[in-house]
Amino acid sequence: MDAGKLDALKEELAGHGLEATVSHGLLVLELEPGALPETAQKLRTALGFDLLLDVTAVDWPQREPRFDVVWHFYSTRRFQRVRLRVKVGAADPQVDTLTGLYGSAHYMERECHDMYGIRFRGNPDLRPILLYEGFEGHPLRKDYPKHREQPLVPYRK
Amino acid sequence: MNADLKKPAPPLEYVTTRKDEIIGWARKFSLFPYPFVTACCAMEFMSVSSTPYDTDRFGAALPRFSPRQSDLLMVVGTVTHKQAPVLRRVYEQMCEPKWVMAFGVCATSGGFYQNYAALPGIDKIIPVDVYIPGCPPRPEMVIDGIMQLQDRIARSRHPIVNDRF
Amino acid sequence: MSFELPNPIRPAFTEPTDDSHVIVNIGPSHPATHGTIQIVTELDGEKVVRTDVHCGYLHRGFEKECESHTWHTLIPYVDRLNYCSALINNFAYCGTVETLMGIEITPRCRYLRTLLAEYARLADHLTCIAASLMELGAMTAFLYLVTIRDYIYEHMADVTGARVTHSYGRIGGLAHDLPAGWLERLGQILGQYEDFVGRVHGLMDRNRIFIDRTRDVGVLTPQQAINWGFTGPILRSTGVPRDLRKDTPYLAYAELDFEVPVGIKGDNYDRYFVRMREMDESVHMIHQLMDMLPGGPVTVDDRRCVLPDKQLVYSEIESLINHFKLIIDGPQVPAGECYVAHESANGELGFYIVSDGSGTPCKVHVRAPSFVHMGGAHLMLDGYQLADIVPTFGSINMIGGECDR
Repeated sequence: MDAGKLDALKEELAGHGLEATVSHGLLVLELEPGALPETAQKLRTALGFDLLLDVTAVDWPQREPRFDVVWHFYSTRRFQRVRLRVKVGAADPQVDTLTGLYGSAHYMERECHDMYGIRFRGNPDLRPILLYEGFEGHPLRKDYPKHREQPLVPYRK
Repeated sequence: MNADLKKPAPPLEYVTTRKDEIIGWARKFSLFPYPFVTACCAMEFMSVSSTPYDTDRFGAALPRFSPRQSDLLMVVGTVTHKQAPVLRRVYEQMCEPKWVMAFGVCATSGGFYQNYAALPGIDKIIPVDVYIPGCPPRPEMVIDGIMQLQDRIARSRHPIVNDRF
Repeated sequence: MSFELPNPIRPAFTEPTDDSHVIVNIGPSHPATHGTIQIVTELDGEKVVRTDVHCGYLHRGFEKECESHTWHTLIPYVDRLNYCSALINNFAYCGTVETLMGIEITPRCRYLRTLLAEYARLADHLTCIAASLMELGAMTAFLYLVTIRDYIYEHMADVTGARVTHSYGRIGGLAHDLPAGWLERLGQILGQYEDFVGRVHGLMDRNRIFIDRTRDVGVLTPQQAINWGFTGPILRSTGVPRDLRKDTPYLAYAELDFEVPVGIKGDNYDRYFVRMREMDESVHMIHQLMDMLPGGPVTVDDRRCVLPDKQLVYSEIESLINHFKLIIDGPQVPAGECYVAHESANGELGFYIVSDGSGTPCKVHVRAPSFVHMGGAHLMLDGYQLADIVPTFGSINMIGGECDR
């Protein structure tokens, strides 16, 4: 990824976020939670980032706000990548959904909700996707012990 | 005196063992597997079903994708807790006689997925006859497992009419 | 014993929209769902009105497992993501960690990784096409393609030690170098590949039944494809010529001469043909790489991640401590995060890793193409016949390990 082009992109997105850095070949933009829909809209319509690659979260239990929700975008015309990051606290982990802009957001937001418990306001369908009905807890949080199983079928003797 | 010792063995026992041998021979060479395929072991299952390893030589070639029509449940790959009710239902739908083969180390014991999601071995929910370890097992190991199962079928009792004959 | 078996999912709809419609469950244990996908369909006769695709039956907790292993010992877990082409996963993961650590791999490693990635892509496409053709009834084509795939597996076992899940990539290079005579056998296998695939072309390409079953079935438009996150052969079959190997070249792809095949309509036939052509391009690339392979070491000489030589471990105290630290604590990856994507057989396979500076990862996330494709699968299933679900699903090449992780 050309560093010069990424710097130009950084200029175009200036003012949208708290902090913009270029790291390992892509542009990382740190945002306020409220700025997400507008920035995503600009990325898609004005700047041509038409592919939403990934939605995930990172759990930092010692830190407040606890979760980093991370989106990765790709532009099929500029061949560049952008990472958006929003910090949300553990008390009320919710962000806005991007399902209105990108169809791929449906499943990815469902998975993020399943694994971390982040609610996506406006996503019509947040049913468990990788886990099953009746599973309590969010396994990828650091306080969920890895070995705690919740079997659906009782074990034979 | 022990008059019982002089009595000849009841002829029924001879007939029963011969019957068991014939039926065991027929059953072991006409296994209808139900490939309950989930994960990476499926690649080796595809390899062992086709050239050059070929389960058709053992009569175990034709997979029957309905549990009502099959007698060998091959659980190929990891079974997770989400999949466990499905496996249990498929097992219960199969008619007697039925055998279960745990194909791969994930089906045997959970493999190296010892966490909240994977069932630590399918024998926690259904009885298993043959365990084939390996991640994934080489086709030769699978064939060895099928042959061991065939020995087991040949040696076992096959009551047909009632539970003695 | 009989007890009520719980239903692990909550379907999106349980009542049909019309009295004459039927809701049919194509369950997770099904020959044509390639493992573990459940499709709840509402049918109007034979026509599919709407579908609800459920994945997650193979969720094995990959990310949670990774958090309790070192950066090295989680390489076997990475293999089992897209188990049809395990080496691509290895190299994508190792490339991501190397980017975060700032390691430059040796030239021989770069070319070898490219060669083996293309070889693995070949195995993956062979598996996908073989399985989807078998589901349409073309058993002969399945047997031809699986025979070649078996030669490839045995050949890979010669270099990596395992047939399917190779675990051959290492942070900083590869496990070991090629054995003697490996490249000669590679040439032979590629010759046999031409022969077998030529026969499959002869059987399938102009086959009336095959064309009737796959042409104009499962159509995806380019706008839908990009909006719903499709990448890889599915995106290319709609006519969009995007390929990470050409657009943002990595490893040795910038030096290779290859084309990016695209389809015209985005239907099942195009997906089949795009994969067949991609296999030919892979073979062309492998031939070029066989001539380009330089000599030299295959692992970089970096003590942060590469185990020292055994002789040194037994004789010097520094190497002993280094070896011990690398095994027990794992390579110390500097704090930070990194996202690197490779073009896998299914599309953009990305690894997003977050490190807190220690030898065990804070997070290893896979951007799995199959998972995103499942999100858009309903676009290709709704409105077609029930029997069309089988070829469409086969052409998506959903790999359970990658989809559910």
